[in-house]
Amino acid sequence: MVELATQYHTITAVVEDKPGVLARVAGMFGRRGFNISNLSVGHSETHGLSRMTFVVEGDEWVVEQVTKQLYKLIDVVRVSDISSDSIVVREMALVKVRVTSETRTEIMRVADTFHAKVVDIATDSLIIEISGDEGEIDALVELLNPFTVKETMRTGRVAMTRGGAATGSMKPSLDTTDQSAPDTDVVP
Amino acid sequence: MQLTGAQIVCECLLREDVEVMFGLPGGAIMPLYQTLPEYPALKHILVRHEQNAGHAADGYARAAGKVGVCVATSGPGATNLVTPLANAMMDSVPVVALTGQVPRAAIGRDAFQETDTTGITMPITKHNYLAMHAVDLPRIFKEAFHIARTGRPGPVLIDLPRDVLEEVAEFQYPEKVNLRGYKPTLGGNSRMIKRAAKLIDDAKRPVILAGHGVLIAGAANELRELAEKAQLPVITTLLGISGFSSEHPLSMGMPGMHGQAHNNWAIDKADLLIGVGMRFDDRVTGKLSTFAPDAKVIHIDIDPAEVGKNVRVTVPIVGDARHVLRALVEEVATTARPEWVDELDELKDRHPGMPTSHEEKLLPQQVIRDLHEATTGKAIVVTGVGQHQMFAAQHYGFTEPNSWITSGGLGTMGFEVPAAIGAAVARPDRAIWSIAGDGGFQMTMSELATIVEQRLPIKFAILNNNSLGMVRQLQDLFYGGVRVSTAYSGNPDFVKLAEAYGIWAIRVSDSTKVQEAIAQASAVDGPALIDFEIAPEENVYPHLPAGGTASEMIEGPTGKEAPTWLS
Ligand SMILES: Cc1ncc(C[n+]2csc(CCOP(=O)(O)OP(=O)(O)O)c2C)c(N)n1
Repeated sequence: MVELATQYHTITAVVEDKPGVLARVAGMFGRRGFNISNLSVGHSETHGLSRMTFVVEGDEWVVEQVTKQLYKLIDVVRVSDISSDSIVVREMALVKVRVTSETRTEIMRVADTFHAKVVDIATDSLIIEISGDEGEIDALVELLNPFTVKETMRTGRVAMTRGGAATGSMKPSLDTTDQSAPDTDVVP
Repeated sequence: MQLTGAQIVCECLLREDVEVMFGLPGGAIMPLYQTLPEYPALKHILVRHEQNAGHAADGYARAAGKVGVCVATSGPGATNLVTPLANAMMDSVPVVALTGQVPRAAIGRDAFQETDTTGITMPITKHNYLAMHAVDLPRIFKEAFHIARTGRPGPVLIDLPRDVLEEVAEFQYPEKVNLRGYKPTLGGNSRMIKRAAKLIDDAKRPVILAGHGVLIAGAANELRELAEKAQLPVITTLLGISGFSSEHPLSMGMPGMHGQAHNNWAIDKADLLIGVGMRFDDRVTGKLSTFAPDAKVIHIDIDPAEVGKNVRVTVPIVGDARHVLRALVEEVATTARPEWVDELDELKDRHPGMPTSHEEKLLPQQVIRDLHEATTGKAIVVTGVGQHQMFAAQHYGFTEPNSWITSGGLGTMGFEVPAAIGAAVARPDRAIWSIAGDGGFQMTMSELATIVEQRLPIKFAILNNNSLGMVRQLQDLFYGGVRVSTAYSGNPDFVKLAEAYGIWAIRVSDSTKVQEAIAQASAVDGPALIDFEIAPEENVYPHLPAGGTASEMIEGPTGKEAPTWLS
């Protein structure tokens, strides 16, 4: 057997906005032993459809299986591995950090450097909102740690293909890993 | 047309061409049951346990080539369907299950007989629904039957809250399904089919591995044409049995754990495997890293997720077996492969039949062979799981598609009784033989009452070894003969038991009486049972240890010769 390299892949899916869809997707990942390090869901531009973004850890085989097993769920309309596309990746986080009158300005300056916003001020704490890629968020949290970070809340990654094309529309859903997609859709 | 939810369900079932369903009522599903008298065209067969309703629907679906329907109430009724749904899922059988649910307002409050049925069955159904409004029922039913029977078939469950069944709504049956995320494909990619044909033309030692997909797609003729045109030997997986006549000169038999030894050697030597409607299950492949070491692989399956899941594929073709095989027949060259065919014949000679251990007693292999003789290989054979199943698979000799109904992927003991009910309901024109283990039979024998009520002429052949034979075999071969909890010392007298239900029955322990007993049972106008007291220590050979390779195959007890009648 050929050894395949383990990597993180960004996969997006368009799914029906119906009760139970998240449970179907999450259940499938769990029962097949796939490792998802990130999952985020939200409404898409089309009424009745949501978009999910996953970050999956694994080799090519895992990614192919994840894609196909997702696609097999009736409520999943389209699946794309966009890892090799040119994409914009963002995550949003809220960070609650302890402050004193001495540390407040310094913390606000740190937030500023990251183009992060202070969205709540209390006598002994601040909430900072940051949006960026995971690395930027990690860096901010690291810098704030010495001041005691009381809580962080992260949304998980969302991703979009750059340019005019719709995300994942560059290729038919199964063609990423499998050239066996049929010529025509024949519905029995 | 304004109808109650329950009436809508019945109207939908009629439009989906449902003639019969198997089930057992209870509180939450009662509105549906109490509506059935208005719909005499919908026959309901009352079972003794919901698990058997599910397996009966499964057996019906396999024998009829239609969707099987089962019905249960909420709570324990629904949870009793878990095993048959998982069974139908593993073996790609189209089943629609209807379950009652507590009224909508009670959902989530741990109401009496409430279970999260859609949650429980999510991983063991192809899809499921919780119907929250009667007006949605037509769309749900249209989709459910479409999903169950198309693509790679499978079970679909519809959970029906009691008050949805009572709610009045407008009924209009949709003409079309509109599922954005479900578009199964039939025709394979023509480029891939051309590449596959080239591989077949160039191969020196090709074999076909034909699975259940061949039967589901109705592709037995196309398979035979391809095999004959390109001279491709055909190995049938456990569920592929009956998709290729065992009397055909290119028929090889079954591969894998209990397949004929020559098949595992043929796969080992092959330079090309053509998998059709099969999934390279671990029972077929053994250890993946040493499976078919020299072979390129063409994998044809309608489920894209199966292609490339277990083995690396040279040419993947996603499509319906009948369409793809038809295209391949046109594409491949007429080829003769005399050396390969000779080599395989020699392999068969070097690994003759199934050696046996206890020749002085009644042998299960012989019972199966006699059954083949007596039924001219034309019965529909249903089995449970264990040694008797493997003996039947190896020795019955199937010649007609869909005449073999067995629990493959899940390996569900007890399947032999209820699945035979489904088969008998589906095919009143055919002789139905249930080959049972004494273990499995006792799991579901409560349905003898159903068989009597429905006057189903099912013939039972219990291969009685007073034990859980297959597990006893594993203990003997791989656990130093330490026999734990596999002997049954308190089995009932199966003849008296059958007679208690009014079923004709006989016991046979003498090998010269087998044919006669089968003839007698066949002549009975109604169900019959034969209790075959077989050699209790007989093993199924070969035995390729789980996760093993061809060279680790145990071909038989050492120092014994195969009797001539077994070759
Ligand atoms: C429901 C279920 N429980 C347990 C098993 C494990 N198992 C596999 S074969 C077997 C023995 C079956 O005994 P019997 O039905 O008498 O058939 P035999 O092997 O003796 O022919 C058992 C227990 C199973 N397959 N299914």
